[in-house]
Amino acid sequence: MNEQAPISRDERVKKLEGLGSSRKRVEDVRFTQGAGNYVDDIKLDGMLFGDFVRSPYGHARIKSINTEAALAVPGVLAVITAADLKPLNLHYMPTLAGDVQAVLAEEKVLFQGQEVAFVVATDRYAAADGVELVEVDYDELPVINDAFKAMDDDAPVLREDIQDKMEGAHGTRKHHNHIFNWQEGDKEGTEKALAEADVVVEEMITYHRVHPCPLETCGSVASMDPITGKLTVWGTFQAPHVVRTVAALITDIPEHKIRIISPDIGGGFGNKVGVYPGYICSIVASIVTGKPVKWVEDRIENLMATAFARDYHMTGKLSATKDGKITGLSAHVLADHGAFDACADPTKFPAGFFHIVTGSYDIPVAHVSVDGVYTNKAPGGVAYRCSFRVTEAAYLIERMIDILARKLDMDPAEIRMKNFIKKEQFPYNSALGWEYDSGDYHTALEQALKAVNYDDLRAEQTENRAAFERGETRSLMGIGVAFFTEIVGAGPVKNCDILGLGMFDSCEIRIHPTGSATVRLGTISQGQGHATTFAQIVASEIGIPAEAITLEEGDTDTAPYGLGTYGSRSTPVAGAATAMAARKIRAKAQMIAAYMLEVHEGDLEWDIDRFQVKGNPELHKTMVEIAFAAYSLAVPGLEPGLEAVSYYDPPNMTYPFGAYISVVDIDVDTGVADVRKFYALDDCGTRINPMVIEGQIHGGLTEALAIVMGQDISYDKHGNITGGSLMDFFLPTAVETPTWETDFTVTPSPHHPIGAKGVGESPNVGGVPALSNAVHDAFAHKGLTHTQMPHDHWRVWKTAQSLGLTG
Amino acid sequence: MQKLDIKMNINGADVEVNVDSRTLLIHILREELNITGPHIGCDTTHCGACTVDLDGKSVKACTIFAGQANGTTIKTIEGMANADGTLHALQAAFKDNHGLQCGFCTPGMIVRAYRLLKENPNPTETEIRYGISGNLCRCTGYQNIVKSIQVAATELSQQEAAE
Amino acid sequence: MIPGSFEYHRPPTISDAVGLLVSFGDDALILAGGHSLIPMMKLRMAVPEYLIDLQDISSLKSISVEGDQITLGAMVTQAELIASSALSEKCPILQTTSLQIADPQIRNVGTIGGNVANGDPGNDMPAVMQLLDATYTLVGPNGERDVKARDFYETAYFTERADDEILTAIKFTAPAAGHGSAYEKQKRKIGDYATAAAGVVLTMADGICTSASIGLTNVADTPLWAEASAAALVGTSVDEPAIKAAMDAAKAIADPAQDSRGPREFRIHVTGIMVQRAIQQAVKNAQ
Repeated sequence: MNEQAPISRDERVKKLEGLGSSRKRVEDVRFTQGAGNYVDDIKLDGMLFGDFVRSPYGHARIKSINTEAALAVPGVLAVITAADLKPLNLHYMPTLAGDVQAVLAEEKVLFQGQEVAFVVATDRYAAADGVELVEVDYDELPVINDAFKAMDDDAPVLREDIQDKMEGAHGTRKHHNHIFNWQEGDKEGTEKALAEADVVVEEMITYHRVHPCPLETCGSVASMDPITGKLTVWGTFQAPHVVRTVAALITDIPEHKIRIISPDIGGGFGNKVGVYPGYICSIVASIVTGKPVKWVEDRIENLMATAFARDYHMTGKLSATKDGKITGLSAHVLADHGAFDACADPTKFPAGFFHIVTGSYDIPVAHVSVDGVYTNKAPGGVAYRCSFRVTEAAYLIERMIDILARKLDMDPAEIRMKNFIKKEQFPYNSALGWEYDSGDYHTALEQALKAVNYDDLRAEQTENRAAFERGETRSLMGIGVAFFTEIVGAGPVKNCDILGLGMFDSCEIRIHPTGSATVRLGTISQGQGHATTFAQIVASEIGIPAEAITLEEGDTDTAPYGLGTYGSRSTPVAGAATAMAARKIRAKAQMIAAYMLEVHEGDLEWDIDRFQVKGNPELHKTMVEIAFAAYSLAVPGLEPGLEAVSYYDPPNMTYPFGAYISVVDIDVDTGVADVRKFYALDDCGTRINPMVIEGQIHGGLTEALAIVMGQDISYDKHGNITGGSLMDFFLPTAVETPTWETDFTVTPSPHHPIGAKGVGESPNVGGVPALSNAVHDAFAHKGLTHTQMPHDHWRVWKTAQSLGLTG
Repeated sequence: MQKLDIKMNINGADVEVNVDSRTLLIHILREELNITGPHIGCDTTHCGACTVDLDGKSVKACTIFAGQANGTTIKTIEGMANADGTLHALQAAFKDNHGLQCGFCTPGMIVRAYRLLKENPNPTETEIRYGISGNLCRCTGYQNIVKSIQVAATELSQQEAAE
Repeated sequence: MIPGSFEYHRPPTISDAVGLLVSFGDDALILAGGHSLIPMMKLRMAVPEYLIDLQDISSLKSISVEGDQITLGAMVTQAELIASSALSEKCPILQTTSLQIADPQIRNVGTIGGNVANGDPGNDMPAVMQLLDATYTLVGPNGERDVKARDFYETAYFTERADDEILTAIKFTAPAAGHGSAYEKQKRKIGDYATAAAGVVLTMADGICTSASIGLTNVADTPLWAEASAAALVGTSVDEPAIKAAMDAAKAIADPAQDSRGPREFRIHVTGIMVQRAIQQAVKNAQ
């Protein structure tokens, strides 16, 4: 009955290009020809351009704003200030963290680069001319740029707007510059463990302020149709549906009259999760002028004003027995959130998932306490290529365990092996309340150690140190070992929400009569290749080739509601929704096939791309045949069509892990740390597309390199940002970037429909401690315990100098 | 405000625009001519997303004024595909070797690689890395970009040998 | 980042260009490659009313090597310096240094004249021109005059060039055949200015240094010709004590400010290390 010559099962699997296939990316036909469509590529009839007047000061009172000269510039149509927004109640907007943020500064500016006025003009040249001519008169105020001084008794009040509001979004504030205190774990038990331990190591470890700095900056185009009353906004949104809901909440425009579109996004890495004043101002300007209004920030504005990451001062205490078994961990964090608390974290977790800080180790008792404070710095606190505050946590524990190893004179690999959660302990309940889904840490680290010939490296290092002492070399070799456990896929609606919106995600699948499909998701790719990889999930689940599946996302008018793409949540959450929607399709297809083959449903079994009669595979119906039947046959008891939608509320997070080993050579005379070797073993569960996974790891490791070796958003004592352009802010070129070696193990997630865990952020989470530990390891024999990042030339040289090595 | 008539040959077509003298080449391309392949990533000549080929040289279009570009011949990513519409070897190699992720740096990267391979048809890995050191990528870690350029170099040499 | 408005001029000759400069006065700036000026204009730290683009003046684009006399037109690009086989044979430090400047795209546009004339202490070529004892030709309303590179730089962005003058050419005598040279630059990444950089040209005869010249980049408000540092090498076998003396002499005149590359102390230290490495490399390169 099937006319074509039978092809083998292997060939049928291959034709699908499903799970496990290094399928080439479908996105790239457009991108390689310059046919991407990013926000600044959007042009609409009559479109205007908006540009910001920004504060030159870190902290100042605004005495007056004079817009007269700016308005006289040919082409300038409007200058919007807080005074214009206030009557609309739009001068402040809600942040994702339960605070408010000034859209345009009203009485005070609180950080350099803060938005003060929005100049709307016919084009970007006229807008820039207008910006030059807006006269703002300021009175400078004392600046707080050191988080440790934010809660001094005499510290100036930064947030006068909430000065009297001591009940914050996360409990009582204990000082006018305090935001919250958040704790988890067993404080008393931990103190007891520390007091009774053979050995305790303590260190204050700062994870400095950095910035995701995607190559495309943030921007938006807002278009209010004055006739229909419908607002359409294109923008750099990692979470388009959330933007729609926020826009509805603050503008009084009904949500069904708002359409948010994320076009192609030129990298996000967390920078494009937040809601920025530029988005709001472009919307307001479009409503005011009746024309579409574009806002696109430049790079300096991007680094100055849109979301930073990290800025965590973490004091860790780790206790152990004298033979190296960890008995307890305490961590206190002073979190510098800048001028407004605009952290992008699930509502119940103001420090994100920092309490994954027990890492990959079986630590019986632990306690964390996090205090957030305001300073005169830009707001943000996004997860720069990591899940919420997970890279900070991983950095702390991975540094602390190295410090402990040093104290006990143990090898860093050995102490990790000794303390790992064992394979048979999964699912594992951590001391800080997480349930780790699956893992096999010993196997992963053993594989890594073997792959790099770890013992040989240590022997080489011993020889290097001897040669250094003999004066034969000025280079010191460092070996960095890091083992991380991520927590991604936020998250279960029972405890994860943003602005009250549960962090589920969604997928809608429509199978067309001729056997192709359109799939729509609540997420949005920023380079991860969703159009390629999510089609692979569908292909494997329902047996139609990936090339016959078109994936759409990012348009709230068509996509099902979802919480977007960040925190490595697309695969764990939307990927699961995709599999679940596909399974609904398959269930219906099975009923149709049974009717077509005149057998009972239970007599059928699924085989790659078809339902076949058990024991008689010659009798089968392919999904393509079933698809047509769904639209042509009257199957008793079944509605026509073949479509499904799934809103997936994950039962748990997923816990990807990995073993990273790096080797650096440090020139003690120049402070240059050269990464000679970097080996990354990742376990992200089921691997959907190995090619894409490797690409993600290469990119994430390069970002880790940038953070460890140079990125630094710092402020001088006057509140001026230093290093806020690409001259200073370290984005490595191909020359500074080493060749990355990748490897993997596969430990599927037991609760995810296809066992996948997510991978995009693991390399940043693991890469930072692996590289930083290597730099520390180079000096470990000289007694170095810890030195703060970034490990740029002068700081490394300072370290060498302090150890008496620079002669 | 001074207006200039600027004539250029872009991707094989003669074009003429009348713009303010302060207009930057990148804005002539993107705003006046709707050639949006070249992107703006930094504005300060660091990122190379705006790279175009101008009179046979790779340049950053964000830092060239209209008047400077008058009378030049320019190639952008839009003019990179072969005459028969098939992808240029570099475009195909980037696609086949996962040489891009978000795609934002890709037009500048490919246009730069195009000139690099004209200048040095068989570059070593180090020469490639230095050759694209004026182009930043935030997604790929460059590893697959380098590989893509190596593959394209081989392909182009073979095409040359076959001709 | 959008520049202010200006009037654009592209004169065909040097005298036309000077004429424009004279008539526009302080409101005019000269545009060579533009890769220093245009970013400044986009930041509106420079707001000229007139820009005078030198690109049509063909006489500014030549590289002339006659015997040991080298003349570089001001509009010769870094890429052209790198590509010139005559230069790399006679004076390879130009190529070595050019390769350390910015990135390939910028070297295609950036000119030697712009690099030496704008007075940015971060630029690499001024120190090299000082160590080569080059002469800059300036053309103004009163004709032509020569200024030694060693006398040209006053402080950051201020030079001997008058506002109505154009730096048209750079002239120098190639170092003796068989000389060795090197330019060592510590930077954070491609495209960065130097934390500190040192250029060295020296000659060796029978294992003894017979002449030496050293220049330092980005360790003071101006490039530095490190006369005493070089003198410490002459007459020695360039052994460890001699190199140490040269390093110390260079560090003694380095006067860098703290910046994001590091504190002053570090940048002075690196000055010494760059001098050391450049000397060692130059000795290797000498015949």
